[in-house]
Amino acid sequence: RPLTIAQRGAYATDETQTRLHDATHYNNYYEFGTGKDDPAKRSGRFKPEPWSVDIAGHAEVTGRVTLEDLLKPHPLQERIYRMRCVEAWSMVIPWVGIPLGDVLKRFRPTAQAKYVAFTTVERPAEMPGLSYPVLRWPYREGLRIDEAMHPLTLLVVGLYGRTLPNQNGAPLRLVVPWKYGFKGIKSIVRIDFTESEPTTSWNLSAGDEYGFYANVNPDVSHPRWSQATERRIAGDGFNLLGNRVATLPFNGYAEHVASLYAGMDLRAHY
Amino acid sequence: MPRRLDRIALSKPFVFAACLLPLAWITWLAVQGGLGPDPVARLEHETGLWALRLLLATLAAAPLRRLTGWHGLIRYRRMLGLFAFFYASVHLAIYLVIDLGGFWSQILAEIAKRPFITVGFLAWLLMIPLAATSTRAMMRRLGRHWQQLHRLVYPLAVLAVLHFLWQVKYGETIAVREPVIYAAVLAVLLAARVPGWLRQAGVRGSGAQQQ
Repeated sequence: RPLTIAQRGAYATDETQTRLHDATHYNNYYEFGTGKDDPAKRSGRFKPEPWSVDIAGHAEVTGRVTLEDLLKPHPLQERIYRMRCVEAWSMVIPWVGIPLGDVLKRFRPTAQAKYVAFTTVERPAEMPGLSYPVLRWPYREGLRIDEAMHPLTLLVVGLYGRTLPNQNGAPLRLVVPWKYGFKGIKSIVRIDFTESEPTTSWNLSAGDEYGFYANVNPDVSHPRWSQATERRIAGDGFNLLGNRVATLPFNGYAEHVASLYAGMDLRAHY
Repeated sequence: MPRRLDRIALSKPFVFAACLLPLAWITWLAVQGGLGPDPVARLEHETGLWALRLLLATLAAAPLRRLTGWHGLIRYRRMLGLFAFFYASVHLAIYLVIDLGGFWSQILAEIAKRPFITVGFLAWLLMIPLAATSTRAMMRRLGRHWQQLHRLVYPLAVLAVLHFLWQVKYGETIAVREPVIYAAVLAVLLAARVPGWLRQAGVRGSGAQQQ
């Protein structure tokens, strides 16, 4: 379905965009399988409507909200972001969504809300990948509250001007452009304001490979590969040569977000 | 009396052509733009897989000969082994030239620091002396050392499978099992040789100076 976009151009990169077909047929969404083409092939049974989100934890307003009510007060924005996967490939995708912070403020988080935890839906009948113990299900992710409130952090409902396809995290997902893609949790059903750092699925499964912060950082290698460069998946597929580009600190968003981590050792908090 | 037809010699050109089919197919996909969203990763994956498959086929020749009693099987072995080396070399070349393209200063660090690349590179290095001594002339020249040298195929096959196992992302081995299957096939092929090795060791251990 096409979406009505009220605002374009904020934080938009003018780099060559990834083709829609590539962005929707090369996905990591393990609930549908670990292969890159599994999500597109095996998500047909998933029903993203109707949808609601549970708001819980340290906030004045909690309880179940329908997706319509969650989105209603906010005009949709388009943001063209680089997306850097921890596997050292990247895309440039025009997302449609609203700043997460604008939504979270409506629930009036209290002073104890130091972190925000997110949970993905868990529906074994619609998600064939859940039958494998690849990760600790349901998928869980989290942000520090200041990261969650940052204007770059986007609650996404669409891409390329249309609603999210199932394989990209329909109907509601997170996009945090300065972090590795696995922080962008998909098909969110629960948002929890917590006082302590939430556990995340990837950190539980392979803590030495996937940290809580997961900021894109060319200087901190993944234990099994370098993060200094990335393969850019963009434009038509014929350019076999010259796809490799240098990875930038915070995925090129350092001027906006580096201050969030002032004084922190980013090697220890990878 | 005319000599009996050497069917194996006659079939070799066809086996040769068959071994080139994967390369033709991959090239055709590349030209068509049919390699998917991440074409370089696909090229690496396919050429690596064929190198491994041919390597395992090479290792399967001797046990299969014993199993089937068809001695001609062994005469395809050199060609299969050389094609395994060929695909491994194409695999490495794609990684170095196309994938790392423009970032060659990274090469040494990549090979030295990434365990899965280190073992993969080592496996390829170990194939070089085997390919270089694969001719009949070299076989004659090296005599019994030839066989000793060519036992390198066992450790290098283990390294090749490790390269695959360590490269796949976390969780994939649980859901897809592809590298595990290759590891299992290698384990079977190595296990099939154990009785022979034990027998040899036994003969040597008894001190009998036969031959």
